[in-house]
Amino acid sequence: MADATTRAPTRFERPSALAFLGYALGAALLVWALDGAGWSAEKLAASGPRLADFMSRAWPPSIDALGRLSWKMVETLQIAIAGAAIGVILSLPVALVAARGVLVPDWVVVIVRTVLGVIRAVPDLAWALVFVVAVGLGPFAGMLAIVMDTLGFCARFFADDMEAVDKGPAEALTATGARRIDIAATAVIPAAMPGMVSTSLFGLEKAVRSSTILGLVGAGGIGIELKVGFDLFDYQTAMTVILMIAVVVVAVEQLGAVIRRRIIGTDR
Amino acid sequence: MSLDDGVCTVVTTAPADLKVRGLTKSFGRAAPVFAGLDFDIARGASVALVGANGTGKSTLLRCCLGLIPVNGGTVELLGQDAARLSGRAWRGLRARTGLVAQKHNLVPRLSVLSNVLHGLLGQGSGPRFWSHMLAPAPAREAALQALERVGLPDLALRRADGLSGGQSQRVAIARALVCRPRFLIADEPTASLDPAAGEEVMALFFQLVRDEGVTVIFTSHNVEHALRYGDRVLGLANGRLEIDAPTAGLAVTDLGGLYG
Repeated sequence: MADATTRAPTRFERPSALAFLGYALGAALLVWALDGAGWSAEKLAASGPRLADFMSRAWPPSIDALGRLSWKMVETLQIAIAGAAIGVILSLPVALVAARGVLVPDWVVVIVRTVLGVIRAVPDLAWALVFVVAVGLGPFAGMLAIVMDTLGFCARFFADDMEAVDKGPAEALTATGARRIDIAATAVIPAAMPGMVSTSLFGLEKAVRSSTILGLVGAGGIGIELKVGFDLFDYQTAMTVILMIAVVVVAVEQLGAVIRRRIIGTDR
Repeated sequence: MSLDDGVCTVVTTAPADLKVRGLTKSFGRAAPVFAGLDFDIARGASVALVGANGTGKSTLLRCCLGLIPVNGGTVELLGQDAARLSGRAWRGLRARTGLVAQKHNLVPRLSVLSNVLHGLLGQGSGPRFWSHMLAPAPAREAALQALERVGLPDLALRRADGLSGGQSQRVAIARALVCRPRFLIADEPTASLDPAAGEEVMALFFQLVRDEGVTVIFTSHNVEHALRYGDRVLGLANGRLEIDAPTAGLAVTDLGGLYG
């Protein structure tokens, strides 16, 4: 028990003037953003009946097109798997030159990380539009978009995993005269492997989510069916597509979590 | 130092494997960790470097191997002036050196045999030396022999993260010795082990390095170890060498002042 003369600490500290200013600025920023985003309570209130009308016209989902939609979903998964696999493979060498203290001087790392930042900054739909122009309509453009998306994501996080490994084994091998490339292959990559496997699985989940909407811009997959469904007011088919996407994305995420637990022993 | 029937005799005329002159090291604008250090380590000698936490023992060892840059002074390792060495020349020189550290520094997810094989990376580079599965037969044989010398040939295919602390440090010793080094640094090799395992590892380590005539500089907070396994003691305190004397004339109490 605390000494009778010891005062209990206050439960809440009075914020400083600077903290008050920070809170006020944060609130002002939120109001400014909501205004720019066209916040409208009236529209929100009126949206309920419209949403109910949509649901009544979309329910029950159409099962007539289930066969055709299933093949489109298979194509979607093929785009995601191929794009994610190539993206992960390319990410490994790129990550080696994006990680500080592994292979290359820091100035090279800065350049590579900046390029990766630019790749990540471009949305997957924008990459899909670029590749539709480059290679034409269809799933190949979608796959290339997924490759870029996965590269920007995985290479950066692989590099972070490599930078975070214990430096001890690398130092021990440096002391025996090992080259940097040998140290990277024998000490850095094996130690970073659990993190990289986890990142790759996240990359695959992200690829599956992305590939479901690439069809909106003609880059293959089930997204085109969603667009056509809404364009033709065939809401029952559109609802079928939405539910199929939800089921597949959740299933892939669950599968990723199970594999992560099995391989790495964590849910990271 | 020469070896006659296992009896160590300090021979002062032996050429020096390490010559340190005026060595100074500081980090940033802080006061130097140490300044103006001068000492030699004769070929085949075993030198204990002792001192309290934070006196720069590990820093000094890493400066000797060029693992961190120095701010002043010179280091001559195995007859070569460290300041004049290119990256390639450093690698060639380090192919004859090794480091055994407190944390063992094995790669946890790899096999024991692969970890030991990696000690040969100074002599052979490329994918064939990355895993025991791809390694050339002579390299595999050398790694297995190193494991036999530390008494762990049966654990060759076990993952390194499945070893006890003592086994793990034995594997680290095998990795350091597999390339038949001439100069070894051991930085608190038993600090993470219980006393019994620590005694066992120290006895094995010094039996092996003496058998092979390897020059050793090691740090330890166990002054009994320093006196038992060192031919000479360097005592680091207040940024300089307070003690540089053969162990024969020293007692445990002589080193107590370093920790005051």
